[in-house]
Amino acid sequence: MSFDDPFDPHRPMQRSGCACGQHKSQAEHEAAAKLDHDQRIKRVVESAVVRAVFPNDMERRGFLQAVGGATAMAALSQFFPLGTAMEAFADTGKIEKKDLKVGFIPITCATPIIMAHPMGFYSKHGLNVEVIKTAGWAVVRDKTINKEYDAAHMLSPMPLAITLGAGSNPIPYTMPAVENINGQAITLSVKHKDKRDPKSWKGMKFAVPFDYSMHNYLLRYYLAEHGIDPDKDVQIRAVPPPEMVANLRADNIDGFLAPDPVNQRAVFDGVGFIHILSKEIWDRHPCCAFAASQEFVTSSPNTYKALLKAIIDATAFATKNENRKQIAEAIAPANYLNQPVTVVEQVLTGTFADGLGNVKKVPDRIDFDPFPYESFAIWILSQMKRWGQIKGDVDYAKVAKQVYLATDAAKLMEEVGLKPPASTSKTFSVMGKTFDPAKPEEYVASFAIKRT
Amino acid sequence: MAQSLALRAALLSIAFLAAFLALWQFAVSGTGTVADMDPEYAKLMGKTATQGTSAMPGPMEVGKKLWEHLRRPFYDNGPNDKGVGIQLAYSIARVLTGYLFAFLLAVPLGFLIGMSPLMSKALDPFIQVLKPISPLAWMPLALYTIKDSNASAIFVIFICSVWPMLINTAFGVATVRRDWVNVAKTLELGTWRTAFQVILPAAAPTILTGMRISIGIAWLVIVAAEMLVGGTGIGYFVWNEWNNLSITNVINAILLIGLIGMVLDQLMAQLQRLVSYSE
Repeated sequence: MSFDDPFDPHRPMQRSGCACGQHKSQAEHEAAAKLDHDQRIKRVVESAVVRAVFPNDMERRGFLQAVGGATAMAALSQFFPLGTAMEAFADTGKIEKKDLKVGFIPITCATPIIMAHPMGFYSKHGLNVEVIKTAGWAVVRDKTINKEYDAAHMLSPMPLAITLGAGSNPIPYTMPAVENINGQAITLSVKHKDKRDPKSWKGMKFAVPFDYSMHNYLLRYYLAEHGIDPDKDVQIRAVPPPEMVANLRADNIDGFLAPDPVNQRAVFDGVGFIHILSKEIWDRHPCCAFAASQEFVTSSPNTYKALLKAIIDATAFATKNENRKQIAEAIAPANYLNQPVTVVEQVLTGTFADGLGNVKKVPDRIDFDPFPYESFAIWILSQMKRWGQIKGDVDYAKVAKQVYLATDAAKLMEEVGLKPPASTSKTFSVMGKTFDPAKPEEYVASFAIKRT
Repeated sequence: MAQSLALRAALLSIAFLAAFLALWQFAVSGTGTVADMDPEYAKLMGKTATQGTSAMPGPMEVGKKLWEHLRRPFYDNGPNDKGVGIQLAYSIARVLTGYLFAFLLAVPLGFLIGMSPLMSKALDPFIQVLKPISPLAWMPLALYTIKDSNASAIFVIFICSVWPMLINTAFGVATVRRDWVNVAKTLELGTWRTAFQVILPAAAPTILTGMRISIGIAWLVIVAAEMLVGGTGIGYFVWNEWNNLSITNVINAILLIGLIGMVLDQLMAQLQRLVSYSE
C-alpha cells in the first residue's frame, strides 16, 4: 500500500510503480537515477536474478540476514554468471550508429553542439560526431530532412513549423533540447545612433535570420508593442546571419535582430551598435534548439539518447560562467565559428562593447538551459498564429507535447546528474505581459496588431 | 617583329599590373577619423574602429595571405576547415563529373538533332524554354528531389553545361557541307561510318567550341552552387571567409578561381586546336 498523498499530481497512485514506470516505487526510481549507467545495469541484473531465486521476498530477506549480502552474492555468482548477464543486458543499451553528422549554423547559439566536439563531450558518450557548418536555415532543414544530417541545430520554432507543415511538407519532428536562452540583440546601424525610440523607426529595413525564428517573433512583438506594424510600417526580411554584417555595412538594411556573434561583430567592425539585448524583451527566452526527426528518435533510440546526453552535458558545462572563456577559445577557430576570439568572448562572458563607447557587463547576456518547456512551444505557436503563419484551429498543447520532448529531457537530465524542473510548463512574461500557456487563443486575441 | 610585339605586350601587361597594385595600395592606405575611446573599450573593438584602418586589405596583405595558402594547400583541420588545395580539388571534381554527364548526353543528342530535321523541330521548344533558366534556380528543386547536396551541386553543373554543347553539336552536325555527305552516300558508306568518319570530324571544331563555352559556365556556376549548399569546395571557402568578413581571403579565393578557370579554358583551347582544320 502506498502512503503517498493521493492528491499529489506528480505521483502515480498504483501500488507498484514510479514516474517513469521502470521501478517498483518512486523511492527506488530516485535511487536508480543517482547511480551511474554501469552501476544501474549491475543493480537491475542483480535484483532480477535475486528475485528469480527468491520469489518470496520474506525468504530473501531471511536468507540475506542469515548469511550476509556479500556471501549471498558470491554464492549466487557461483552458479549464475552475473557478469555475462550484465553484459547481455548492457547490450540492449548499445549505440546503433556511432558515426553521426550534426549540422550547425556558425553562431554562438550553437555553442553546446559545437563545443561538444573539440571538448570531447560526444566521445565521452561513445559517439563519433562530425559537426558540419551549414550555409543557412533552409539548407539545414533540407539536409536534415534528406538524412544527410542525423540531427541538427535549428531555431526553436522550426521543428514546430516542420511538424505542422508551415513552409515545408509536414514531417514529424522532435525538439528534445533547447540550446541557449537569451543571447540575441537588436543592432542598428551607427547612423541611427540618435533614433533610440522605436516609434521613430517607420520605413526602416530590418533583417531576421529566418521567418520561423524567435528573432522574427521577438522583433515583431517589440515593434508592435511600440505601435509599429511590422508588416506595414517597416520591412522585415530573412537574411542568413553570416551575411548580416556585410549587408549592414553596405547600408542594405538599417538593423537586425540577430543571434550573436553577429551583433558583436557589427560593433567590433564599427558598423553598428547594440540597441537592446533580447533579454530585455523576454528574459530567459529560448532561442536555438537541438532537433531530430521523429524517425531518428524511434529507429535508433540509444544513439539518440547518447547524443542528447552529450548535448545536455555540454549545455550544463556552458552554463557555468567560469568555463565561458575556455569555450570561446575552443569554438572561435575556422573549423567552427570562424570569428576573432575577442568577439566570441565578449558574447559568452557578457562583458562587451556596446558600440556607443560603453563597456557593459551583463553576465546572463547568453545562458544555456536545455529544458524544452512546453509553454515555450505554445508561445511560439501563438505568435505563428498571430502573424498568420498558421491558419485555422491549432491544438496548442498537443503539438507542444509532441514536438518538445520535455519528459525525455527531464529523464536524461537526471541521468547526467542535473536537476530537471518539476513541471514541463511554466508561465513567463514578455515585455511585462504575462503569458498563460493554458489560454493561448485569448492571448492571441489580446493583441491590437495581428494578422488573424 | 612578332616577337617584339609579344615582348611589348608583356611589358605593357606588367605596367598595367603595377599601376593597378599601386592604385590599390594608395586607396587603402589612408586612415579614417577615430573617435576617442576608453582603452578598456578599445580593447574590445576591431582595428577598423580603433585605428580607422580601411576594412579593405592592401595588396601586400593579400600577397602574404596567398603565400600562406600556397605553402600549405592541403591541410585538414576537420570538416569545416580544409586547405585551399583540397577545396579546389572538390570543386574541380564536381565540375568534371557534372560536365562529363552533360557531355555524354549532349553530344549524342546533338547528333540526333543535327541529323534529323524532325527531331530538331520537335525538341526545339523544350530546349528554348530550359536553356535560359539560371542554373541556381534549379538548386532548391534539386535539393528537394535528389536529397543529396553533393549530387545536387553536380546536377546543377550538368544542367548548365548541357545546353551550349547540345546546341553547338546540333548546329555543327547540321551545317556539315552537303557535298561531303553526298560523297559518302555515293561511296555507299553506312550511317554509322558516315557519322563517325565524315560528320564527326567535320563538326568537331563546332562541338569543341560548345564544350569550351560549357566548361567556362560550369566553373562560374560551381562557386555559386557551393556557396549555397556549403560543406566543401572553393565556393564554400568564399562563403566561410565572408562569414568571417575576411576580405583578404575572399580576394585570394577570387584570384585562384580566376586562375583555375583560365587553365580549364586553355585546356579546351588546346583540344580545339587538335581537331581544327582549314578547307
